[in-house]
Amino acid sequence: MLIEGKENKWEIVCGLEIHCQIISKSKIFSGASTEFGADANQNVSLVDAGMPGMLPVLNRYCVRQAVKTGLGLRAQINKYSEFSRKNYFYADMPTGYQITQFEYPIVGEGVVTIDLEDGSTKDIRIERMHIEQDAGKSIHDIDPHKTFIDLNRAGVGLMEIVTKPDFGSPEEAGAFLKKLRSILRYLGTCDGNMDEGSMRCDVNVSVRPAGSGELRTRCEMKNVNSVKFVMQAIENEARRHVEVYENGGTVDQETRRFDPVTGLTQSMRKKEFAHDYRYFPEPDLPPLVLTDDYVRQVADELPELPDAKKARFAAELGLTKYDATVICENKEVADFFEKAATGHDAKKVANWLMGDFFAMLKRKNLTIEQSPVSAENLGRLVELIETNVISGKIAKDVFEIMSESGEAPEKIVEEKGLKQVTDTGAIEAIVDQVIAGNPDKVNAYKGGKTGLMGWFVGQVIKESRGKANPQVVNQLLAAKLA
Amino acid sequence: MTIDKQTVNRVAFLSRLKIDPDKITAAEDEFNKILNWVEQLNEVDTENVEPLAAVNETALVCRDDTVTEGNQADKILANAPIAEYGYFVVPKVVE
Repeated sequence: MLIEGKENKWEIVCGLEIHCQIISKSKIFSGASTEFGADANQNVSLVDAGMPGMLPVLNRYCVRQAVKTGLGLRAQINKYSEFSRKNYFYADMPTGYQITQFEYPIVGEGVVTIDLEDGSTKDIRIERMHIEQDAGKSIHDIDPHKTFIDLNRAGVGLMEIVTKPDFGSPEEAGAFLKKLRSILRYLGTCDGNMDEGSMRCDVNVSVRPAGSGELRTRCEMKNVNSVKFVMQAIENEARRHVEVYENGGTVDQETRRFDPVTGLTQSMRKKEFAHDYRYFPEPDLPPLVLTDDYVRQVADELPELPDAKKARFAAELGLTKYDATVICENKEVADFFEKAATGHDAKKVANWLMGDFFAMLKRKNLTIEQSPVSAENLGRLVELIETNVISGKIAKDVFEIMSESGEAPEKIVEEKGLKQVTDTGAIEAIVDQVIAGNPDKVNAYKGGKTGLMGWFVGQVIKESRGKANPQVVNQLLAAKLA
Repeated sequence: MTIDKQTVNRVAFLSRLKIDPDKITAAEDEFNKILNWVEQLNEVDTENVEPLAAVNETALVCRDDTVTEGNQADKILANAPIAEYGYFVVPKVVE
């Protein structure tokens, strides 16, 4: 995407840092629960509270989750990594430092392929990923003069994923976040809920004259908490830079606050000593050393990831690239689809899934796991249409009943007597009846108004209460009106 | 490496320590003594020596992912100067 300035065309250069909460039962360095929504300070161990003399002990499952994620990002797994202390004072971090990784992160360079609106793809390079502990939560809106601190989140494991500055448009950043979320959910390493804060995004933006290849001063927006807001922040911040440059100004490197109400960014009060974290190796934790065997084991446990599934659905089941992309974004949807499509016409199942089925879930405000229509029943419904047991039109009515009762389609068709009439004799009788009852229309048709064919077909199907096979009706009418 | 008064003040600020103005010179002096002492390490020839990440050569011990602690908000808050509704309460920290 290019921004048209007064004199120049400008390119956006953007990179993201994403904090992802690791799915685990207990915290990364303590035995307190990670459960969301507990009463304040109930999920806190003495380690999380920063009590003197308490020692962190690494949760091995969090390490496994991180390695899994690294493999999912097609990244280098560093068999040697170290923990460091990042020192800063904030009320929601009682130790005065965050245990994180600095010089030696557990995951190195990787790549995520994003899908763009026009059907093309782009590779976004991952710079690194490290593991660290989350801070507690500050609540500022209970009292005008006080801040309330809840340490339940303090010590929950985080993966911080840092991309290269590879995003040239808000759309690319949005597509990346969606793809990343999809990968994390497939892996089961992070639930990816941005609105609940289990995935949080820092956005770095700068601009440069198109084609110049230079890197100019960037600004950072922290904790932007939805895909839409990230896209807005990039667009508006880039436009602000263009305006500053074209008016002869310079951009200061700073952290800016994104205001979700206006969509604009504003300068935050500059801290007297910005970013002096005085990192040093964490003395309480020896280096983390992994073996080739261990990494191989984790790799063997990886599920099929969205890109691989997409390619398989396209190649083996004949889905279009677009359909495969939509269906594979969400693992539950992909699993449901695969179950429904087994043994049936996959392309038709996909159409039903993305059409009436999704519309029904949306109308009833249900997730796919809560669907009253099971995958098997959706597949059977398609089968009934394919084998000419019912027409596509009747199928819509059957689907409506299925989404109320959850019953199998064959049972509904049987009980309600909805079987399609393919018996030529029975249909012929209705065709004759319609022709006899509408001599004016017959004459008009024979006089050249061939568009009336649709009307005749409609009448016959209506007379049969929707059960006449449209193909047979068409054939018979064409013969009789000729 | 030598430390000046400005650096003493900066480190004190970052550590949220209040140093009385009449003690700054003493702090500066102590800082420099410590640094000079540690600086002796520079005399050691470390050519061809692997960097040492930790003096404790034991392997990292890990724990299983099980919940072993919690439901002790009263203990956690016991030393808090102010606690309300189960939260720590501090002066407003938002900008």
